[in-house]
Amino acid sequence: MSPHEIVFRVGGAAGDGVSSTAESFAKMCARSGLHVWTYSSYQSVIRGGHVWTQVRGSPEPVLSHGTEPNVLVCLNQQTMDVHQGEVPEGGAVVYDSDLVKPDPAKVRKGARLLGLPLRKLAQTITPNGIVRNTVALGAAVRLYDMDFAQVEAAFKDIWGDKKPEVVEQNVRAAKLGAGEVEKAGGSLRFGIPFSHEPRYLMTGNEAVALGALAAGVRFHAQYPMTPASSILHWMAAHGPAHGVVVKQVEDELAAMNMAVGAGHTGVRSMVATSGGGFSLMVEAIGQAGMTETPLVAVLVQRGGPSTGLPTKTEQGDLNLALGAGQGDWPRGILAPRNTKECFDLTAKAFNLAEIYQTPILVMSDLYLGEGFRTVDRPDFNVPIVRGMVAADGGVAAGRYQRYAYTDSGVSPRAFPGMKGYQYTAATDEHMENGDLISDVLAGLPEFVEERRKMHEKRMRKLEGLRKDMPPPELWGSPNADLTLLHWGSTWGPAHEAILQVEEKQGLHVNSLEFPSLFPFHAEETLRILKEVKRTLAIEANYTGQFSRLLRAETGYKPDFSFLKYDGEPFTGREIAERILEVVA
Amino acid sequence: MKLAFELETYKSEIKPTWCPGCGDYAVLNALQHALTELQLEPWNVLIVSGIGCSSNLPHFLSTYGFHAIHGRAVAVAEGAELANPDLHVIVTGGDGDGYGIGLGHFIHAMRRNLDLTYIVMNNEIYGLTTGQASPTSEMGMKTKSTPIVGVIENPIDPIALALSAGATYVARAFSGDVKQMSELVARGIEHHGFSLIDALSPCVTYNKINTYDFFRKRVYDLNKEGHDPGDLKAAFLKALEWPVMQRDRIPLGLFYRNDKLPTYEDLEPAYKKGNPVTQRLGVEDADEILNEFL
Ligand SMILES: Cc1ncc(C[n+]2csc(CCOP(=O)(O)OP(=O)(O)O)c2C)c(N)n1
Ligand code: SF4
Ligand SMILES: [Mg+2]
Repeated sequence: MSPHEIVFRVGGAAGDGVSSTAESFAKMCARSGLHVWTYSSYQSVIRGGHVWTQVRGSPEPVLSHGTEPNVLVCLNQQTMDVHQGEVPEGGAVVYDSDLVKPDPAKVRKGARLLGLPLRKLAQTITPNGIVRNTVALGAAVRLYDMDFAQVEAAFKDIWGDKKPEVVEQNVRAAKLGAGEVEKAGGSLRFGIPFSHEPRYLMTGNEAVALGALAAGVRFHAQYPMTPASSILHWMAAHGPAHGVVVKQVEDELAAMNMAVGAGHTGVRSMVATSGGGFSLMVEAIGQAGMTETPLVAVLVQRGGPSTGLPTKTEQGDLNLALGAGQGDWPRGILAPRNTKECFDLTAKAFNLAEIYQTPILVMSDLYLGEGFRTVDRPDFNVPIVRGMVAADGGVAAGRYQRYAYTDSGVSPRAFPGMKGYQYTAATDEHMENGDLISDVLAGLPEFVEERRKMHEKRMRKLEGLRKDMPPPELWGSPNADLTLLHWGSTWGPAHEAILQVEEKQGLHVNSLEFPSLFPFHAEETLRILKEVKRTLAIEANYTGQFSRLLRAETGYKPDFSFLKYDGEPFTGREIAERILEVVA
Repeated sequence: MKLAFELETYKSEIKPTWCPGCGDYAVLNALQHALTELQLEPWNVLIVSGIGCSSNLPHFLSTYGFHAIHGRAVAVAEGAELANPDLHVIVTGGDGDGYGIGLGHFIHAMRRNLDLTYIVMNNEIYGLTTGQASPTSEMGMKTKSTPIVGVIENPIDPIALALSAGATYVARAFSGDVKQMSELVARGIEHHGFSLIDALSPCVTYNKINTYDFFRKRVYDLNKEGHDPGDLKAAFLKALEWPVMQRDRIPLGLFYRNDKLPTYEDLEPAYKKGNPVTQRLGVEDADEILNEFL
């Protein structure tokens, strides 16, 4: 680990304020010009249990939340018991000396033990000691030699101008913590170069919401479900001011069906959920495919099956996304690899949905969706392409053909309210004008043919869509001994591993990654795979769902695989270890 | 005076495919009369339905239509209404569609008091799937799915349900009286808020109990008997009369109407920016949004 970076971990019980403490700290790092990456390990309880968050901050770009913390804050005994052995030489373990006892046998040599009466110090500021965590935060700020002005600025951001007394109390609490460090040996002297160029800090879910807003979403429906809920929270707080109708609904069936109704009228509409909720949306998303209604569905995966691991990460819903809905219908699946792509690909999804008049899925996961990362300023000037719309003013002759046969499979849309274009969209099989085939015509020779043609028209849209989906990317040195295959949030740890084995072992490893998963870029993928030596497929699920897709689409079987399904995100270190195993 | 939209202008080219004598013809007819009376522009009307014999209705009209999946008509309609509140959104479907598989959406739409009109063609049976028990089938009724002892669960009382869930216009009509039904539908469309019209619409093929005759012998106009639709308590009592308390007299007419309550649309903050379908896309001040992330 580079001593020139921050790896800060704070742990306690749920209800101890661990995540808000870590969030404040992450914000201070971002304001101090560092690149930031966080990960929260939490559980599905409101009080008790064991939760911890790690904040990594570095003057260089970071690709994961890192491994061993160089400052550990223990708000309870369990945190000490679980984590005390992880802090390396030169680091520090900060703990509440009235509540928590370290086990010197377990603490590593050269790690500084810093027991502070956190609660008592906090009680000198407010009788209930509510600023206890801020005292610890102040200690960390001093240990890392951070600029105190950033602390004050971050508190102002969090509480705003509305609660100056809260800001002032927290600043005083942080100063108390810093003062204690001063008395006990001063900073850790890491010499981290800070700047005054603040960086934007956001979660993948927030980036999704921002991307949607930039693209002009006007209807968002959602039912709360971890780890997708923060999309609803952000949208509900900010959407209406920008004209977005944000609806928390009775269930995910309602969410998807409402999004279909909204999309049908011509607004850009969207839903967000996790696997359980997406399972409920399955019939209705097929309805969008059949009625050729554009919409964007964001699927933030968590550990399955069933309720599974609500607060843990996984990439186990790819089969679900690929197979959602009875019969065949054209869909697109985008899979952002990082926070920037959460913004970019969500914005793009709205264009693709309207150009091809079909649902586009954006798949992320808990690690990407909930983790805070620094990003460059998102560019809100995204292109907005609304696809083919029938001209206003009525149809010259005969009835409007909503589902007219075209080479591209795309037919000009009309929206309720447009005079002269009235038609009925149907989830039953239908003809070009929308009239049903299914009830009295199905099976008649002419309509056997009609059904075939209509089904082909819909499915033909996949050809154009494939060309517009971001292609696979080969990252790293061209002549590598090993090529990693992965998708989604594995991007960061995979790149970190590649850099590590290159630096330490002189190995040349590159990676082939897939910002879009369906329609699959089979030809392009095969072309790249012909040039590579051996491959290692890395996925966070049990069966290798992506590898199966790859094999189904290209016939290619990866040489090695690394599958993980314990709920924890991949780390660069464990991927590096697996690389060394397979190249040995 | 010549009307801009004659009754015929609301008919599509498609002839209804229902069995001869099906009660749904009367509902279609009543809806056409109501649209004609209100002179609604066909292109500003969206009829959303689910799946069932009754749900085929939108195809027979010259308005916009959305023939959705089974049980989800109300949810699709809510999305359309929220996205374009200037449309007249009317939901049509069966008792299975609305009171069975789609019951959750029905209740929630009512508590939102969205400005929707919902006409349920209640034939107390699943027609399209050839005659199984529905959520409104009476106790003891033998059907394909209850062949031995008949239905052994209580029927849903849609009127009482609607009153308790917050619908602000609640009525029951009967396919044997198109004139009354047209009137109830027209007033329902006009009403600012959620309107339910439970339309008793006999299935002549699969329901041999709740026939036209069955209803003709029992129905009466509650408004002619002095019921005051402004009185919620009285409405509840009338709602429980059938099918909960007895099966000899079935009240028809307007149970309840309240025009004073705000609709969901009245309270939705996003409309300050205008109707979502006509808003300009794109963000005016990105800095204002992004500053919270610095
Ligand atoms: C999810 C789903 N389940 C079952 C069906 C089969 N199905 C079609 S219509 C119907 C019931 C129709 O009854 P109702 O809504 O009362 O309409 P009716 O035909 O009586 O007018 C059922 C069960 C379906 N289409 N979709
Ligand atoms: S089966 Fe019953 S409900 Fe269906 S069309 Fe025939 S009569 Fe009407
Ligand atoms: Mg029925």
